[in-house]
Amino acid sequence: MPIAREDALNWIKACGKVLAENRDYLTQLDAAIGDADHGANMDRGFKAVLNKMPEISDKDIGTIFKTVGMTLISTVGGAGGPLYGTFFLQAGMKTAGKMELTLSDWYTVLDAALSGVVMRGKAELGDKTMVDALTPARDALKAALENHTSLPTALEQSAEAAREGMEGTIPMVARKGRASYLGERSAGHQDPGATSSYLILKAAADTWSACT
Amino acid sequence: MKKLINQAADVVREELEGIAVAHPDLVKVHYDPSFVYRADAPIKGKVAVISGGGSGHEPMHGGFVGLGMLDAACPGAVFTSPTPDQMLEATKKVDGGAGVLHIVKNYTGDIMNFEMAADLARGDGIEVEAVVIDDDVAVKDSLYTAGRRGVGTTVLAEKICGAAAEQRRSLKEVADLCRKVNGWGRSMGMALTSCTVPHVGKPTFDLPEDEMEIGIGIHGEPGRMRMKVKPADEIVEMLMEPIITDIPYKPGEEVLLFVNSMGGTPQIELYIVYRKAYEIATKKGLKVVRNLIGPYITSLEMAGTSITMLKMDEDLKKLWDAPVKTPGLRWGI
Repeated sequence: MPIAREDALNWIKACGKVLAENRDYLTQLDAAIGDADHGANMDRGFKAVLNKMPEISDKDIGTIFKTVGMTLISTVGGAGGPLYGTFFLQAGMKTAGKMELTLSDWYTVLDAALSGVVMRGKAELGDKTMVDALTPARDALKAALENHTSLPTALEQSAEAAREGMEGTIPMVARKGRASYLGERSAGHQDPGATSSYLILKAAADTWSACT
Repeated sequence: MKKLINQAADVVREELEGIAVAHPDLVKVHYDPSFVYRADAPIKGKVAVISGGGSGHEPMHGGFVGLGMLDAACPGAVFTSPTPDQMLEATKKVDGGAGVLHIVKNYTGDIMNFEMAADLARGDGIEVEAVVIDDDVAVKDSLYTAGRRGVGTTVLAEKICGAAAEQRRSLKEVADLCRKVNGWGRSMGMALTSCTVPHVGKPTFDLPEDEMEIGIGIHGEPGRMRMKVKPADEIVEMLMEPIITDIPYKPGEEVLLFVNSMGGTPQIELYIVYRKAYEIATKKGLKVVRNLIGPYITSLEMAGTSITMLKMDEDLKKLWDAPVKTPGLRWGI
């Protein structure tokens, strides 16, 4: 079975759970190079999203993603709100009216979501941001698609690429966001935005492991 | 953590409830989304001036809403930028038909959220101009960073632009004025202690008892350097030097000197700082024609100070002296 509407809802719920569990961890990462609010902001945003679940439980995937995006924009604040809000709004635009997603659809979603984040935040690869986790994850999906890899394996490879991208931010010197004020002192710390991006993509791989 | 709060999650809302009952003659508070706005808004034919940002910098911005200053202020969570729906609803509420100026401090989150709000407001047919304040000389201004942070000059820009809007200047004139103030203002701050964000529960950074951080931001972002605490006069020299050399203030020029408390530093120390800053400015041949001394852009309970210097001309002096009646700043009335 491809990724169904219920699977999309379960992924959003899993995101809420994993962000709540990692709230303090994300905040610690942010305290080292930012302003110590990323964990609390993402948790607040996804708690608001979970409260909206009853309203969207019978809707198409596009409406689900769009609602997630709008909710994050109005509840997260910081840079994370507009960036993850844009991520899900773009995902919603690519899935409008859809009741299920194939691997090819999911690649299109992640590609559009990443483009939206880049447009909003104007970050490039290597700036020590969430783009550094999302870009390799998108590229891994593209490679999997070309190699006719199965959906669960493709999602695993994508999440693994995001993890490597996330860890790759450790030696980087930040050029965007509050961490950029630190200059060279930002090196040696993992970027909190790249970390939350990895957690979200890992949640997708875990939630959709039985999809085909 | 010892704080006069109930629940960490309720801090901002309960603060707003306090403001609402304390100053009903000046401001009203809107909830969900939350913003503070002038009790007599919208004022027909007047440019509305809006600002906003994370909470924890009080009295900025909510304390600066009222006659002669802001028409609305949008508070985010502590040290977190507000969300676009707050700015959008505030913009709609106070627009008097002459357009709305958004004064935005240069932080990535603030910029992105205000940009989204301005796009949405323009979609609703409201004329919006945004001016970014980036006056912190502690940060290297470079294409490879998010640029200088917006700090003390924000308070001065809000006062001066609010006065200009009160004179019924056009949106373009008020926005140009705001850009001029930003171009003429420079700030630098320092911290003696860290601060504790209520929902985090522990200090944002560790600062040993005998050390200080020079060039700190207003959210506990680390600054230029950390060193052993020195006497006040030496600290003031370290803050004034980068300010004075950043824009070539010329001898004979008039300036406003703003000595700010980061929240935990008392007046007695601020006047010691002011005395030395005044002496340094005067020795450089500058004429200190106006001043502001007190806690106006704070960082919760952080001990420390920031110094802002703004070059003045006749127009700026008149606008600075114009009547203002807000919870946090009041004169001429």
